[in-house]
Amino acid sequence: MATTYFTEDHEWIRVADGIATVGITDYAQEQLGDLVFVELPEVGKALKKGDTAVVVESVKAASDVYAPVDGDVTEANGALSGDPALVNSAATGDGWLWKMKLADESQLSGLLDEAGYKAHIG
Amino acid sequence: MTGEELKSLALEDLHKAAGARFGGFAGWLMPLTYPPGVMKEHLHTREHAGLFDISHMKLFEVSGPETSKLLNRACPLDAAALETSQSKYTFLLTESAGIIDDLIVTRLGPERFMVVANAGNAATDEAHLKSIAKDFDATVRPLDRVFLALQGPEATDVLKQAGIRTDTLTFMHGVEPGPGWFLSRSGYTGEDGFEIGLPETDARQLATTLLADSRVQWIGLAARDSLRLEAGLCLHGQDITPEDNPASAGLMWAIPKYVRASGDFIGAEALRKILADGPSEKRVGLKAEGRQPVRAGTALFDADGNPAGRVTSGGFGPSIGAPVAMGYVAAGLAKPGTKLFADVRGTKIPVDVSPLPFTPHRYRKG
Repeated sequence: MATTYFTEDHEWIRVADGIATVGITDYAQEQLGDLVFVELPEVGKALKKGDTAVVVESVKAASDVYAPVDGDVTEANGALSGDPALVNSAATGDGWLWKMKLADESQLSGLLDEAGYKAHIG
Repeated sequence: MTGEELKSLALEDLHKAAGARFGGFAGWLMPLTYPPGVMKEHLHTREHAGLFDISHMKLFEVSGPETSKLLNRACPLDAAALETSQSKYTFLLTESAGIIDDLIVTRLGPERFMVVANAGNAATDEAHLKSIAKDFDATVRPLDRVFLALQGPEATDVLKQAGIRTDTLTFMHGVEPGPGWFLSRSGYTGEDGFEIGLPETDARQLATTLLADSRVQWIGLAARDSLRLEAGLCLHGQDITPEDNPASAGLMWAIPKYVRASGDFIGAEALRKILADGPSEKRVGLKAEGRQPVRAGTALFDADGNPAGRVTSGGFGPSIGAPVAMGYVAAGLAKPGTKLFADVRGTKIPVDVSPLPFTPHRYRKG
């Protein structure tokens, strides 16, 4: 059973079997506008909570996406190299950014649930 | 700009109703994008007609018997040589030939000119022009106007449908078709198009009429930026600043040869020296390999890793489907095809010096 968490930085984190899939929320992709490039992390990269994991680039600007928790990157969404606009069309589905193996599951308790995120974006 | 009150556009309610997303620019709260988004807005302008609210830009009427003399002092220009309705792209320069602002000056009559200035420099320009005007029998008057731009291959026909004939107006000409109106064939997209200064009441009516035409939609500041970048046009404050001069910026085409040689404009002596010595750096187009945009502020290096220059504007060009940028490089590296590297967050991205514009200009020169 997967559980989905959110951050105040507009990321979603879907956790199943100790692996977290991370993406940006629909609200975030709307704010960014049309994405033209996604700089993905290398598999195996050790991320600390708050590190820049991914850079998403719109026509106008580059924005950092931070690691919401500690862990090693297990997979990056290669489909985004050819079609970065997947993040716009399917932010919470095919537009996921990377997967990571959780280093410390207790960090999840510091994240928002869906209701908390909805309250955050108002 | 934090803590500073942003000025609101007179037509803000229309932009809100159209679903605009707003942001601050040069002291103004501006529509950045509308629901279609920057990519579609950009392409719409290149294919049909885009309507832009550019009221953040400032119109000045300069008039009086010595107006030409005033303008010839303020700008590297021969104002008296302009025919009525003729426009000229020019600059205000510092004593060291730095670019205070870039302007379009249009002759409206024997002793009357229109000056269009950038939003961020409007106050500086006004003070600068007024201080020079003290030495001449001429007056500088800021005008309170809404300023709209209609840009794209269908702009002419759209205006015709709206009852505004532009047949006799060619690129870089401007006229006064009604009280308080200024209509010029010009723009900031590389497309054929028009810029129209007019009183608010008229502007509301015109915008409504134009938007009723299915070929027209509002275009935000984000697409305005990607359109002008593809067209190789400079943004003052980024690509040209008081630290840059017309020679290094590759804008000497705007200054007639005899004005360069003998003009008495502010900055003339410094500019003549720069031209004699040759500028140390030059503005060029930059094309990055791959899809990753190279942004303003990015440092450039040559093949040996030596500093080569800097990016001043960069983003993604929706019409060419690739990253586009411009910047300054050492004069010896300015030849198109020169291979450089941009340092983007520690990654060296190969970048080719490229001719400007990236998309061909489609002006109607008559």
